[in-house]
Amino acid sequence: MLEFIIGHFNNATYIMLMMIGFYAMIGKTNLVKKLVGMNIFQWSIILFVVSLSAKRDATIPIVFGSHSSGSPAHLDASSYVNPLPHVLMLTAIVVGVATTGVALALLLRIYRRYGTLEEDELLKRIRSSG
Amino acid sequence: MKDVAPSIILKVVCRRLVPFVQIFGLYVIMHGHSSPGGGFQGGVILASSVMLLVLCDGLEPVQRRFSVAMATAATSTGVLLYAGVGVLSLLLGANYLDYGILPGAEPRSLGMLVIEVGVGITVTGALVSIFYDLLGFE
Amino acid sequence: MNYLHLVVTGLTGLLLFLGSLDMPNTGDPQSAPAVHVSPRYIEDSLKETAVPNMVTAVLADYRGFDTLVETAVVFTGAMAVLLILRSHREEQ
Repeated sequence: MLEFIIGHFNNATYIMLMMIGFYAMIGKTNLVKKLVGMNIFQWSIILFVVSLSAKRDATIPIVFGSHSSGSPAHLDASSYVNPLPHVLMLTAIVVGVATTGVALALLLRIYRRYGTLEEDELLKRIRSSG
Repeated sequence: MKDVAPSIILKVVCRRLVPFVQIFGLYVIMHGHSSPGGGFQGGVILASSVMLLVLCDGLEPVQRRFSVAMATAATSTGVLLYAGVGVLSLLLGANYLDYGILPGAEPRSLGMLVIEVGVGITVTGALVSIFYDLLGFE
Repeated sequence: MNYLHLVVTGLTGLLLFLGSLDMPNTGDPQSAPAVHVSPRYIEDSLKETAVPNMVTAVLADYRGFDTLVETAVVFTGAMAVLLILRSHREEQ
């Protein structure tokens, strides 16, 4: 039972972070707060997938001292952390940066055109101005 | 941003800190093979050095040195470099992006270095271009 | 504070947590992500590519196409911001 709790409590932590971001996305009416919620959601997913790569008593996936010796000894696969989730999440981080940049540019144009960033006020102004 | 006078702490500290940040960014790009780092991380550090200069000096003096056109050109140059390595492998007779055919003692390591430099240039240019657009919009 | 939003968030969180109970324990070296394809990357990357950093070797050599298209995505993001914000028309 204790093994089960220790092995699964990090899933609960990341799901709580995800739900904080999700509530900000659907519950707030200011557009900037929705954007911040989306960012929190995205980063919690990235952290969750990186945590799937952990192994007990393993070190980071870089081979040290390979330039001093000739050819290294046989590398044991269970003494290095799984490098594949790290690689995939590098792509996800950069895509998140590009998405946030485009969203901020859209928010600037919306503010300049309509004068407000609140959702209900924005809908009223869009309907009244055609 | 353009008509606020920055405080004296910002002006003194940022000016002296920017060369070290740039050298560290170049180090992270070049040493992606033996230490944590690579193209994306080093590119972001280099872009953040330009942003630090804008914070302490204002937008106009920095845009005289690292102009908007240069940032846009840097964005495309990196992608061209990356795809160019692939086409070079095609011209030498192997598959696309097959580094085993490049000249040298360790061809795959050389191919990876050129690629990481290309990615670093693109990420720097893209982030600085986004920064200039967001700030210069009136 | 709208109660419907809180209920939906709580329900989603509960369903996600129930789904995550089937996943293997964290830190298990015999779990499915750790024995399928990554032992080959860990054991053979230094011999084949002469690069000690396994993450860079996988990113730039074994999965080089993904990195190429992802660099194009960064380029597209910068171009999208350019198209949205740099315009010479006057808004009415």
